[in-house]
Amino acid sequence: MTQQAQYASPVPPVPLTEDAPGRRRRASRGAIAAVYPLTFLVLLVVTWFFVTATELVEPYIIPSPGDTWRAFADYPDYLWEHTLVTMGETIAGFAIAGVVGILFAVLMVYSSTLEKTFYPLILFAQVIPKIAIAPLFVVWLGFGASPKILVAVLMAFFPVVISGISGLRSVDPELLELTSTMGASPVRTFWKVRLPAALPELLSGLKVAATLAVTGAVVGEFVGANSGLGYVILQANGNLDTAMLFAALIIMSVVGILLFAVIQVAEVFLIPWHASRRNRR
Amino acid sequence: MLASTFDGDQSGTTGGVPASEGAMVAVRSVDVTFRTRSRTVHALSGIDMTIAPGEFLSIAGPSGCGKSTLLRVVAGLTRTSAGQVTLRGTPVVGPRRDVGFVFQRAALLDWRDARGNILFQAEMRGLPKAWARRRADELIEITGLTGFEKAMPFELSGGMQQRVSLCRALLHEPDLLLMDEPFGALDALTRENMNVELRRIWEATGMTVMLVTHSVTEAVYLGSRAIVMGPRPGRVIEEFPIGIPGHREYEPTLESPEFQRLSGRIRGLLGSGAG
Repeated sequence: MTQQAQYASPVPPVPLTEDAPGRRRRASRGAIAAVYPLTFLVLLVVTWFFVTATELVEPYIIPSPGDTWRAFADYPDYLWEHTLVTMGETIAGFAIAGVVGILFAVLMVYSSTLEKTFYPLILFAQVIPKIAIAPLFVVWLGFGASPKILVAVLMAFFPVVISGISGLRSVDPELLELTSTMGASPVRTFWKVRLPAALPELLSGLKVAATLAVTGAVVGEFVGANSGLGYVILQANGNLDTAMLFAALIIMSVVGILLFAVIQVAEVFLIPWHASRRNRR
Repeated sequence: MLASTFDGDQSGTTGGVPASEGAMVAVRSVDVTFRTRSRTVHALSGIDMTIAPGEFLSIAGPSGCGKSTLLRVVAGLTRTSAGQVTLRGTPVVGPRRDVGFVFQRAALLDWRDARGNILFQAEMRGLPKAWARRRADELIEITGLTGFEKAMPFELSGGMQQRVSLCRALLHEPDLLLMDEPFGALDALTRENMNVELRRIWEATGMTVMLVTHSVTEAVYLGSRAIVMGPRPGRVIEEFPIGIPGHREYEPTLESPEFQRLSGRIRGLLGSGAG
Protein backbone atom coordinates (compact mmCIF):
# COMPACT_ATOMS: atom_id res chain seq x y z
CA MET A 1 0.00 0.00 0.00
CA THR A 2 1.98 2.89 1.31
CA GLN A 3 5.46 3.59 2.49
CA GLN A 4 4.73 2.05 5.84
CA ALA A 5 4.00 -1.29 4.28
CA GLN A 6 7.20 -1.12 2.24
CA TYR A 7 9.26 -0.37 5.27
CA ALA A 8 7.54 -2.99 7.27
CA SER A 9 7.88 -5.79 4.76
CA PRO A 10 11.56 -6.77 5.31
CA VAL A 11 10.95 -7.15 9.03
CA PRO A 12 9.67 -10.61 9.97
CA PRO A 13 6.24 -10.39 11.53
CA VAL A 14 6.32 -10.49 15.31
CA PRO A 15 3.32 -11.98 17.05
CA LEU A 16 1.81 -9.29 19.18
CA THR A 17 0.28 -11.52 21.83
CA GLU A 18 0.92 -10.36 25.32
CA ASP A 19 3.15 -13.13 26.57
CA ALA A 20 5.11 -13.81 23.39
CA PRO A 21 8.15 -11.69 24.31
CA GLY A 22 8.20 -13.18 27.80
CA ARG A 23 8.02 -16.72 26.49
CA ARG A 24 10.76 -15.96 24.01
CA ARG A 25 13.00 -14.46 26.64
CA ARG A 26 12.39 -17.48 28.83
CA ALA A 27 13.27 -19.89 26.05
CA SER A 28 16.45 -18.04 25.12
CA ARG A 29 17.40 -17.79 28.78
CA GLY A 30 17.00 -21.55 29.01
CA ALA A 31 19.23 -21.98 25.99
CA ILE A 32 21.87 -19.72 27.52
CA ALA A 33 21.72 -21.68 30.77
CA ALA A 34 22.37 -24.88 28.81
CA VAL A 35 25.43 -23.33 27.12
CA TYR A 36 27.56 -23.36 30.28
CA PRO A 37 27.39 -27.07 31.14
CA LEU A 38 27.58 -27.99 27.43
CA THR A 39 30.72 -25.88 26.93
CA PHE A 40 32.26 -27.53 29.95
CA LEU A 41 31.30 -30.96 28.66
CA VAL A 42 32.87 -30.24 25.26
CA LEU A 43 36.06 -29.02 26.95
CA LEU A 44 36.12 -32.18 29.01
CA VAL A 45 35.74 -34.40 25.94
CA VAL A 46 38.42 -32.42 24.09
CA THR A 47 40.81 -32.82 27.03
CA TRP A 48 39.91 -36.49 27.17
CA PHE A 49 40.59 -36.81 23.46
CA PHE A 50 43.91 -34.94 23.76
CA VAL A 51 45.11 -37.02 26.71
CA THR A 52 44.39 -40.31 24.95
CA ALA A 53 45.51 -39.21 21.45
CA THR A 54 48.91 -38.13 22.71
CA GLU A 55 49.12 -41.36 24.75
CA LEU A 56 49.89 -39.49 27.94
CA VAL A 57 48.01 -42.31 29.62
CA GLU A 58 47.88 -45.95 28.55
CA PRO A 59 44.64 -46.82 26.65
CA TYR A 60 43.80 -49.60 29.11
CA ILE A 61 43.72 -47.01 31.89
CA ILE A 62 41.72 -44.37 30.03
CA PRO A 63 40.16 -45.39 26.70
CA SER A 64 39.89 -42.82 23.95
CA PRO A 65 36.52 -41.23 23.15
CA GLY A 66 36.62 -43.15 19.87
CA ASP A 67 37.06 -46.49 21.62
CA THR A 68 34.26 -45.67 24.03
CA TRP A 69 32.00 -44.76 21.14
CA ARG A 70 32.93 -48.03 19.45
CA ALA A 71 31.82 -49.92 22.58
CA PHE A 72 28.39 -48.32 22.13
CA ALA A 73 28.36 -48.88 18.37
CA ASP A 74 29.61 -52.49 18.39
CA TYR A 75 27.46 -53.82 21.23
CA PRO A 76 24.21 -51.86 21.17
CA ASP A 77 22.00 -54.88 21.90
CA TYR A 78 24.22 -56.09 24.73
CA LEU A 79 24.27 -52.65 26.40
CA TRP A 80 20.55 -52.03 25.83
CA GLU A 81 19.61 -55.38 27.34
CA HIS A 82 21.61 -54.72 30.52
CA THR A 83 20.50 -51.10 30.69
CA LEU A 84 16.89 -52.27 30.71
CA VAL A 85 17.64 -54.62 33.61
CA THR A 86 19.26 -51.88 35.69
CA MET A 87 16.55 -49.38 34.76
CA GLY A 88 13.87 -51.85 35.82
CA GLU A 89 15.53 -52.45 39.17
CA THR A 90 16.10 -48.73 39.68
CA ILE A 91 12.52 -47.74 38.89
CA ALA A 92 11.08 -50.57 41.01
CA GLY A 93 13.37 -49.64 43.90
CA PHE A 94 12.56 -45.96 43.57
CA ALA A 95 8.82 -46.57 43.36
CA ILE A 96 8.78 -48.84 46.41
CA ALA A 97 11.00 -46.44 48.37
CA GLY A 98 8.71 -43.56 47.38
CA VAL A 99 5.47 -45.25 48.41
CA VAL A 100 6.81 -46.86 51.60
CA GLY A 101 8.79 -43.73 52.49
CA ILE A 102 5.78 -41.45 52.20
CA LEU A 103 3.65 -43.94 54.12
CA PHE A 104 6.18 -44.07 56.97
CA ALA A 105 6.50 -40.28 56.98
CA VAL A 106 2.71 -39.91 57.29
CA LEU A 107 2.48 -42.52 60.07
CA MET A 108 5.35 -40.95 61.98
CA VAL A 109 3.95 -37.43 61.70
CA TYR A 110 0.52 -38.52 62.95
CA SER A 111 1.69 -40.83 65.75
CA SER A 112 4.50 -39.95 68.11
CA THR A 113 4.54 -43.55 69.34
CA LEU A 114 5.24 -44.80 65.83
CA GLU A 115 7.83 -42.08 65.38
CA LYS A 116 9.66 -43.10 68.54
CA THR A 117 9.48 -46.73 67.42
CA PHE A 118 10.60 -46.36 63.83
CA TYR A 119 12.89 -43.34 63.75
CA PRO A 120 15.91 -44.98 65.45
CA LEU A 121 15.50 -48.09 63.31
CA ILE A 122 15.31 -46.08 60.10
CA LEU A 123 18.40 -44.13 61.10
CA PHE A 124 20.15 -47.40 61.95
CA ALA A 125 19.24 -48.84 58.55
CA GLN A 126 20.59 -45.71 56.92
CA VAL A 127 24.00 -45.69 58.60
CA ILE A 128 24.74 -49.32 57.76
CA PRO A 129 26.85 -49.28 54.57
CA LYS A 130 24.50 -50.76 51.96
CA ILE A 131 27.34 -52.48 50.15
CA ALA A 132 28.09 -54.39 53.35
CA ILE A 133 24.60 -55.86 53.63
CA ALA A 134 24.09 -56.47 49.93
CA PRO A 135 25.77 -59.92 50.09
CA LEU A 136 23.31 -60.88 52.80
CA PHE A 137 20.41 -60.00 50.49
CA VAL A 138 21.88 -62.26 47.82
CA VAL A 139 22.02 -65.09 50.35
CA TRP A 140 18.40 -64.42 51.32
CA LEU A 141 16.88 -63.62 47.97
CA GLY A 142 19.13 -65.28 45.38
CA PHE A 143 20.55 -63.88 42.15
CA GLY A 144 17.33 -62.45 40.71
CA ALA A 145 16.22 -58.83 40.61
CA SER A 146 14.85 -58.74 44.16
CA PRO A 147 18.12 -58.25 46.11
CA LYS A 148 19.09 -55.38 43.76
CA ILE A 149 15.68 -53.77 44.16
CA LEU A 150 16.00 -54.15 47.92
CA VAL A 151 19.36 -52.35 47.97
CA ALA A 152 17.91 -49.60 45.77
CA VAL A 153 14.93 -49.30 48.15
CA LEU A 154 17.20 -49.06 51.17
CA MET A 155 19.31 -46.35 49.53
CA ALA A 156 16.37 -44.29 48.32
CA PHE A 157 14.10 -44.74 51.34
CA PHE A 158 15.87 -42.44 53.79
CA PRO A 159 15.70 -39.12 51.89
CA VAL A 160 12.00 -39.76 51.15
CA VAL A 161 11.13 -40.34 54.81
CA ILE A 162 13.16 -37.42 56.09
CA SER A 163 11.85 -34.94 53.50
CA GLY A 164 8.33 -36.31 53.95
CA ILE A 165 8.38 -35.82 57.71
CA SER A 166 9.81 -32.33 57.54
CA GLY A 167 7.44 -31.42 54.69
CA LEU A 168 4.35 -32.64 56.52
CA ARG A 169 5.49 -30.74 59.61
CA SER A 170 6.06 -27.51 57.70
CA VAL A 171 2.32 -26.77 57.61
CA ASP A 172 1.36 -23.43 59.10
CA PRO A 173 -0.02 -24.32 62.57
CA GLU A 174 -2.60 -21.53 62.27
CA LEU A 175 -3.88 -23.16 59.11
CA LEU A 176 -4.38 -26.40 61.01
CA GLU A 177 -6.22 -24.55 63.79
CA LEU A 178 -8.37 -22.96 61.16
CA THR A 179 -9.29 -26.32 59.68
CA SER A 180 -10.23 -27.50 63.17
CA THR A 181 -12.85 -24.74 63.29
CA MET A 182 -14.12 -25.99 59.92
CA GLY A 183 -15.00 -29.37 61.38
CA ALA A 184 -13.15 -31.19 58.61
CA SER A 185 -12.08 -34.79 59.06
CA PRO A 186 -8.35 -35.47 59.53
CA VAL A 187 -8.38 -37.30 56.20
CA ARG A 188 -9.71 -34.28 54.36
CA THR A 189 -7.24 -32.01 56.16
CA PHE A 190 -4.45 -34.34 55.06
CA TRP A 191 -5.39 -34.26 51.38
CA LYS A 192 -6.30 -30.59 51.19
CA VAL A 193 -3.70 -29.03 53.50
CA ARG A 194 -0.95 -31.29 54.78
CA LEU A 195 0.03 -33.12 51.61
CA PRO A 196 0.08 -30.10 49.28
CA ALA A 197 2.12 -28.17 51.86
CA ALA A 198 4.58 -31.07 52.07
CA LEU A 199 5.04 -31.43 48.30
CA PRO A 200 7.98 -29.04 47.79
CA GLU A 201 10.14 -30.76 50.39
CA LEU A 202 8.89 -34.19 49.43
CA LEU A 203 9.84 -33.65 45.79
CA SER A 204 13.35 -32.53 46.81
CA GLY A 205 13.69 -35.76 48.75
CA LEU A 206 12.42 -37.76 45.78
CA LYS A 207 15.06 -36.14 43.53
CA VAL A 208 17.81 -37.24 45.88
CA ALA A 209 16.19 -40.66 46.13
CA ALA A 210 16.08 -41.04 42.33
CA THR A 211 19.85 -40.66 41.99
CA LEU A 212 20.49 -42.95 44.94
CA ALA A 213 18.22 -45.66 43.54
CA VAL A 214 20.53 -46.05 40.52
CA THR A 215 23.52 -46.44 42.83
CA GLY A 216 21.60 -48.97 44.90
CA ALA A 217 20.69 -51.12 41.90
CA VAL A 218 24.29 -51.16 40.64
CA VAL A 219 25.67 -51.93 44.09
CA GLY A 220 23.27 -54.85 44.24
CA GLU A 221 24.51 -56.04 40.86
CA PHE A 222 28.14 -55.80 41.95
CA VAL A 223 27.54 -58.32 44.68
CA GLY A 224 26.01 -61.03 42.60
CA ALA A 225 24.37 -60.78 39.22
CA ASN A 226 24.45 -62.11 35.69
CA SER A 227 22.78 -59.10 34.13
CA GLY A 228 22.57 -55.34 34.53
CA LEU A 229 25.07 -52.50 34.14
CA GLY A 230 26.86 -53.47 37.36
CA TYR A 231 27.46 -56.89 35.81
CA VAL A 232 28.67 -55.22 32.58
CA ILE A 233 31.16 -53.18 34.59
CA LEU A 234 32.46 -56.22 36.45
CA GLN A 235 32.84 -58.15 33.18
CA ALA A 236 34.56 -55.25 31.45
CA ASN A 237 36.83 -54.80 34.42
CA GLY A 238 37.82 -58.46 34.31
CA ASN A 239 38.70 -58.14 30.62
CA LEU A 240 40.51 -54.81 31.11
CA ASP A 241 37.95 -53.47 28.62
CA THR A 242 37.88 -49.92 29.94
CA ALA A 243 36.06 -48.66 26.86
CA MET A 244 33.06 -50.85 27.74
CA LEU A 245 33.42 -49.81 31.37
CA PHE A 246 33.22 -46.16 30.38
CA ALA A 247 30.22 -46.86 28.18
CA ALA A 248 28.40 -48.51 31.10
CA LEU A 249 29.29 -45.60 33.40
CA ILE A 250 27.91 -43.09 30.90
CA ILE A 251 24.64 -45.04 30.58
CA MET A 252 24.30 -45.25 34.36
CA SER A 253 24.59 -41.52 34.78
CA VAL A 254 22.09 -40.97 31.97
CA VAL A 255 19.60 -43.28 33.72
CA GLY A 256 20.02 -41.28 36.94
CA ILE A 257 19.65 -37.96 35.17
CA LEU A 258 16.53 -39.15 33.33
CA LEU A 259 14.80 -40.17 36.55
CA PHE A 260 15.83 -36.86 38.14
CA ALA A 261 14.45 -34.99 35.13
CA VAL A 262 11.09 -36.76 35.40
CA ILE A 263 10.67 -35.41 38.94
CA GLN A 264 11.89 -32.00 37.87
CA VAL A 265 9.12 -31.95 35.24
CA ALA A 266 6.62 -33.16 37.83
CA GLU A 267 7.55 -30.15 39.97
CA VAL A 268 6.50 -27.79 37.21
CA PHE A 269 3.00 -29.25 37.31
CA LEU A 270 2.68 -30.03 41.02
CA ILE A 271 4.20 -26.97 42.69
CA PRO A 272 4.15 -24.05 40.24
CA TRP A 273 3.21 -21.86 43.21
CA HIS A 274 6.33 -22.65 45.21
CA ALA A 275 9.12 -20.07 45.59
CA SER A 276 11.70 -22.48 44.16
CA ARG A 277 9.81 -22.54 40.86
CA ARG A 278 8.38 -19.01 40.83
CA ASN A 279 11.80 -17.33 40.58
CA ARG A 280 12.63 -19.23 37.44
CA ARG A 281 10.12 -17.42 35.31
CA MET B 1 -27.53 -2.90 47.19
CA LEU B 2 -25.11 -5.31 48.83
CA ALA B 3 -26.58 -4.72 52.21
CA SER B 4 -29.82 -6.23 51.07
CA THR B 5 -28.25 -9.57 50.21
CA PHE B 6 -26.62 -9.58 53.59
CA ASP B 7 -29.81 -8.73 55.39
CA GLY B 8 -31.28 -11.84 53.87
CA ASP B 9 -28.37 -13.95 55.04
CA GLN B 10 -28.58 -12.47 58.48
CA SER B 11 -32.19 -13.32 59.05
CA GLY B 12 -31.35 -16.86 57.97
CA THR B 13 -28.61 -17.33 60.52
CA THR B 14 -29.96 -15.50 63.51
CA GLY B 15 -33.39 -17.04 63.19
CA GLY B 16 -32.29 -20.27 64.85
CA VAL B 17 -30.49 -18.79 67.87
CA PRO B 18 -31.62 -20.52 71.05
CA ALA B 19 -32.84 -17.91 73.48
CA SER B 20 -30.40 -18.72 76.28
CA GLU B 21 -30.24 -15.29 77.88
CA GLY B 22 -30.03 -13.95 74.36
CA ALA B 23 -26.24 -13.79 74.60
CA MET B 24 -23.99 -14.63 71.67
CA VAL B 25 -21.02 -15.29 73.93
CA ALA B 26 -21.02 -15.72 77.70
CA VAL B 27 -17.71 -16.01 79.51
CA ARG B 28 -18.06 -17.05 83.15
CA SER B 29 -15.13 -16.87 85.65
CA VAL B 30 -12.68 -18.18 83.12
CA ASP B 31 -9.11 -18.91 84.16
CA VAL B 32 -6.42 -20.11 81.78
CA THR B 33 -3.07 -21.22 83.13
CA PHE B 34 -0.19 -22.41 81.00
CA ARG B 35 2.41 -24.55 82.71
CA THR B 36 5.86 -24.65 81.23
CA ARG B 37 8.73 -26.54 82.80
CA SER B 38 10.10 -23.51 84.58
CA ARG B 39 7.01 -21.51 85.47
CA THR B 40 3.27 -21.12 85.48
CA VAL B 41 1.66 -18.34 83.47
CA HIS B 42 -1.77 -17.01 84.37
CA ALA B 43 -2.86 -16.03 80.89
CA LEU B 44 -6.41 -15.25 81.97
CA SER B 45 -7.82 -14.77 85.44
CA GLY B 46 -11.45 -14.41 86.44
CA ILE B 47 -12.78 -13.25 83.10
CA ASP B 48 -16.48 -12.50 83.00
CA MET B 49 -18.20 -10.99 80.02
CA THR B 50 -21.30 -11.22 77.90
CA ILE B 51 -21.47 -10.31 74.26
CA ALA B 52 -24.85 -9.60 72.74
CA PRO B 53 -25.76 -10.62 69.21
CA GLY B 54 -24.78 -7.93 66.74
CA GLU B 55 -22.23 -6.37 69.04
CA PHE B 56 -18.76 -5.33 67.88
CA LEU B 57 -16.45 -5.86 70.81
CA SER B 58 -12.94 -4.42 70.62
CA ILE B 59 -10.39 -5.88 73.00
CA ALA B 60 -7.32 -3.74 73.59
CA GLY B 61 -4.37 -4.36 75.85
CA PRO B 62 -0.60 -4.60 76.01
CA SER B 63 1.26 -7.69 74.85
CA GLY B 64 0.86 -10.63 77.18
CA CYS B 65 -2.47 -9.54 78.63
CA GLY B 66 -4.16 -12.68 77.35
CA LYS B 67 -6.40 -10.99 74.79
CA SER B 68 -5.49 -13.50 72.08
CA THR B 69 -5.98 -16.33 74.55
CA LEU B 70 -9.47 -15.02 75.29
CA LEU B 71 -10.32 -15.16 71.59
CA ARG B 72 -8.92 -18.67 71.31
CA VAL B 73 -10.90 -19.80 74.34
CA VAL B 74 -14.11 -18.54 72.75
CA ALA B 75 -13.28 -20.41 69.52
CA GLY B 76 -12.48 -23.55 71.51
CA LEU B 77 -8.86 -23.61 70.35
CA THR B 78 -7.54 -23.24 73.90
CA ARG B 79 -8.99 -25.02 76.92
CA THR B 80 -10.03 -23.17 80.03
CA SER B 81 -8.44 -24.17 83.33
CA ALA B 82 -11.55 -23.05 85.18
CA GLY B 83 -14.88 -21.47 84.34
CA GLN B 84 -17.04 -21.85 81.29
CA VAL B 85 -17.65 -20.26 77.93
CA THR B 86 -20.92 -20.64 76.12
CA LEU B 87 -21.54 -19.69 72.53
CA ARG B 88 -25.18 -19.22 71.57
CA GLY B 89 -26.09 -21.06 74.75
CA THR B 90 -24.01 -24.18 74.16
CA PRO B 91 -20.81 -24.74 76.16
CA VAL B 92 -17.53 -24.52 74.28
CA VAL B 93 -15.70 -27.83 74.71
CA GLY B 94 -13.64 -28.07 71.51
CA PRO B 95 -12.98 -26.15 68.31
CA ARG B 96 -16.25 -24.48 67.31
CA ARG B 97 -17.58 -24.66 63.79
CA ASP B 98 -19.95 -21.71 64.15
CA VAL B 99 -17.19 -19.09 64.21
CA GLY B 100 -15.04 -17.42 61.59
CA PHE B 101 -11.43 -16.82 62.57
CA VAL B 102 -8.99 -14.29 61.13
CA PHE B 103 -5.38 -14.40 62.28
CA GLN B 104 -2.75 -11.68 62.13
CA ARG B 105 -1.14 -13.51 59.24
CA ALA B 106 -3.49 -14.33 56.40
CA ALA B 107 -2.55 -18.06 56.62
CA LEU B 108 -3.61 -18.79 53.04
CA LEU B 109 -3.00 -21.94 51.04
CA ASP B 110 -0.06 -21.04 48.79
CA TRP B 111 -1.25 -23.42 46.07
CA ARG B 112 -4.70 -21.93 45.58
CA ASP B 113 -5.78 -18.66 44.03
CA ALA B 114 -7.77 -16.10 45.98
CA ARG B 115 -11.12 -17.64 45.07
CA GLY B 116 -9.88 -21.16 45.83
CA ASN B 117 -8.73 -19.98 49.23
CA ILE B 118 -12.12 -18.51 50.00
CA LEU B 119 -13.91 -21.66 48.82
CA PHE B 120 -11.57 -23.76 50.97
CA GLN B 121 -13.88 -22.99 53.87
CA ALA B 122 -16.84 -24.48 51.98
CA GLU B 123 -14.93 -27.56 50.81
CA MET B 124 -13.75 -28.40 54.30
CA ARG B 125 -17.28 -28.05 55.62
CA GLY B 126 -18.88 -29.88 52.73
CA LEU B 127 -21.20 -26.97 51.91
CA PRO B 128 -23.17 -27.05 48.65
CA LYS B 129 -20.84 -26.00 45.84
CA ALA B 130 -23.17 -23.76 43.86
CA TRP B 131 -24.23 -21.90 46.98
CA ALA B 132 -20.62 -21.47 48.12
CA ARG B 133 -19.58 -20.10 44.74
CA ARG B 134 -22.35 -17.52 44.78
CA ARG B 135 -21.50 -16.54 48.33
CA ALA B 136 -17.77 -16.27 47.47
CA ASP B 137 -18.56 -13.96 44.55
CA GLU B 138 -20.65 -11.79 46.85
CA LEU B 139 -17.85 -11.52 49.39
CA ILE B 140 -15.24 -10.86 46.70
CA GLU B 141 -17.31 -7.92 45.56
CA ILE B 142 -17.95 -6.60 49.06
CA THR B 143 -14.29 -6.73 50.09
CA GLY B 144 -13.02 -5.19 46.86
CA LEU B 145 -11.24 -8.28 45.61
CA THR B 146 -12.92 -8.15 42.21
CA GLY B 147 -10.32 -8.72 39.51
CA PHE B 148 -8.03 -10.58 41.91
CA GLU B 149 -10.04 -13.82 42.08
CA LYS B 150 -7.41 -15.76 40.14
CA ALA B 151 -4.36 -14.20 41.80
CA MET B 152 -2.14 -16.53 43.78
CA PRO B 153 -1.32 -15.51 47.38
CA PHE B 154 2.28 -14.62 46.47
CA GLU B 155 0.96 -12.20 43.89
CA LEU B 156 -1.18 -10.36 46.45
CA SER B 157 -0.18 -7.55 48.80
CA GLY B 158 -0.55 -8.03 52.55
CA GLY B 159 -3.82 -6.10 52.55
CA MET B 160 -5.25 -8.15 49.71
CA GLN B 161 -4.20 -11.38 51.39
CA GLN B 162 -5.98 -10.31 54.56
CA ARG B 163 -9.11 -9.52 52.53
CA VAL B 164 -9.03 -13.08 51.20
CA SER B 165 -8.64 -14.33 54.75
CA LEU B 166 -11.63 -12.23 55.82
CA CYS B 167 -13.76 -13.58 52.95
CA ARG B 168 -12.79 -17.11 53.94
CA ALA B 169 -13.82 -16.41 57.54
CA LEU B 170 -17.19 -15.04 56.41
CA LEU B 171 -18.02 -17.60 53.73
CA HIS B 172 -20.05 -19.94 55.93
CA GLU B 173 -22.01 -17.06 57.47
CA PRO B 174 -20.66 -17.60 60.97
CA ASP B 175 -22.59 -16.27 63.94
CA LEU B 176 -19.42 -14.87 65.40
CA LEU B 177 -16.37 -13.41 63.70
CA LEU B 178 -13.18 -13.60 65.77
CA MET B 179 -10.28 -11.44 64.65
CA ASP B 180 -6.86 -11.64 66.29
CA GLU B 181 -4.96 -8.46 65.36
CA PRO B 182 -6.01 -8.93 61.74
CA PHE B 183 -4.48 -5.70 60.49
CA GLY B 184 -1.40 -5.64 62.74
CA ALA B 185 0.99 -6.52 59.93
CA LEU B 186 -0.35 -3.96 57.45
CA ASP B 187 0.96 -0.48 56.71
CA ALA B 188 -0.92 2.44 58.25
CA LEU B 189 -2.82 3.46 55.13
CA THR B 190 -3.93 -0.07 54.20
CA ARG B 191 -4.94 -0.57 57.80
CA GLU B 192 -7.14 2.51 57.71
CA ASN B 193 -8.83 1.31 54.53
CA MET B 194 -9.41 -2.12 56.00
CA ASN B 195 -10.89 -0.55 59.13
CA VAL B 196 -13.34 1.44 57.06
CA GLU B 197 -14.31 -1.62 55.06
CA LEU B 198 -14.70 -3.83 58.10
CA ARG B 199 -16.90 -1.20 59.72
CA ARG B 200 -18.98 -0.97 56.56
CA ILE B 201 -19.37 -4.75 56.38
CA TRP B 202 -20.36 -4.91 60.02
CA GLU B 203 -22.87 -2.08 59.62
CA ALA B 204 -24.36 -3.87 56.63
CA THR B 205 -24.56 -7.32 58.18
CA GLY B 206 -25.03 -6.75 61.89
CA MET B 207 -22.89 -9.80 62.68
CA THR B 208 -21.20 -10.25 66.04
CA VAL B 209 -17.48 -9.47 66.08
CA MET B 210 -14.72 -9.82 68.66
CA LEU B 211 -11.63 -7.94 67.57
CA VAL B 212 -8.29 -8.08 69.38
CA THR B 213 -6.07 -5.13 68.60
CA HIS B 214 -3.06 -3.15 69.75
CA SER B 215 -4.38 -0.02 68.14
CA VAL B 216 -6.53 2.25 70.30
CA THR B 217 -7.78 4.09 67.20
CA GLU B 218 -8.89 0.81 65.63
CA ALA B 219 -10.56 -0.33 68.85
CA VAL B 220 -12.62 2.84 69.26
CA TYR B 221 -13.40 3.46 65.59
CA LEU B 222 -14.69 -0.07 65.01
CA GLY B 223 -16.19 -1.14 68.30
CA SER B 224 -19.63 -0.71 69.74
CA ARG B 225 -17.93 -1.56 73.02
CA ALA B 226 -14.29 -1.72 74.03
CA ILE B 227 -12.60 -3.77 76.72
CA VAL B 228 -9.17 -2.92 78.08
CA MET B 229 -7.16 -5.79 79.48
CA GLY B 230 -4.06 -5.83 81.64
CA PRO B 231 -1.26 -8.37 82.02
CA ARG B 232 0.01 -10.73 84.73
CA PRO B 233 -2.54 -12.13 85.28
CA GLY B 234 -4.56 -11.38 82.14
CA ARG B 235 -7.72 -9.62 83.32
CA VAL B 236 -10.28 -7.05 82.29
CA ILE B 237 -9.36 -3.62 83.65
CA GLU B 238 -12.21 -1.60 82.28
CA GLU B 239 -14.97 -1.59 79.78
CA PHE B 240 -16.32 1.29 77.68
CA PRO B 241 -19.49 1.52 75.68
CA ILE B 242 -18.62 3.52 72.59
CA GLY B 243 -21.42 6.01 72.17
CA ILE B 244 -20.84 6.99 68.57
CA PRO B 245 -24.11 6.00 66.97
CA GLY B 246 -24.88 5.05 63.40
CA HIS B 247 -22.65 5.13 60.37
CA ARG B 248 -19.07 6.18 61.14
CA GLU B 249 -17.19 8.13 58.49
CA TYR B 250 -13.49 7.71 59.19
CA GLU B 251 -12.14 11.27 59.49
CA PRO B 252 -15.18 12.84 61.20
CA THR B 253 -15.36 9.98 63.68
CA LEU B 254 -11.70 10.33 64.61
CA GLU B 255 -12.20 14.06 65.14
CA SER B 256 -15.37 13.70 67.22
CA PRO B 257 -15.12 14.63 70.92
CA GLU B 258 -16.48 11.26 72.04
CA PHE B 259 -13.78 9.46 70.05
CA GLN B 260 -11.08 11.72 71.46
CA ARG B 261 -12.35 11.29 75.01
CA LEU B 262 -12.50 7.49 74.81
CA SER B 263 -9.15 7.11 73.05
CA GLY B 264 -7.56 9.33 75.66
CA ARG B 265 -8.97 7.30 78.53
CA ILE B 266 -7.98 3.98 76.97
CA ARG B 267 -4.47 5.25 76.20
CA GLY B 268 -4.19 6.37 79.81
CA LEU B 269 -5.24 2.93 81.04
CA LEU B 270 -2.87 1.14 78.70
CA GLY B 271 -0.04 3.41 79.80
CA SER B 272 -0.57 2.57 83.48
CA GLY B 273 -1.77 -1.00 82.99
CA ALA B 274 1.21 -1.95 80.89
CA GLY B 275 3.72 -0.72 83.47
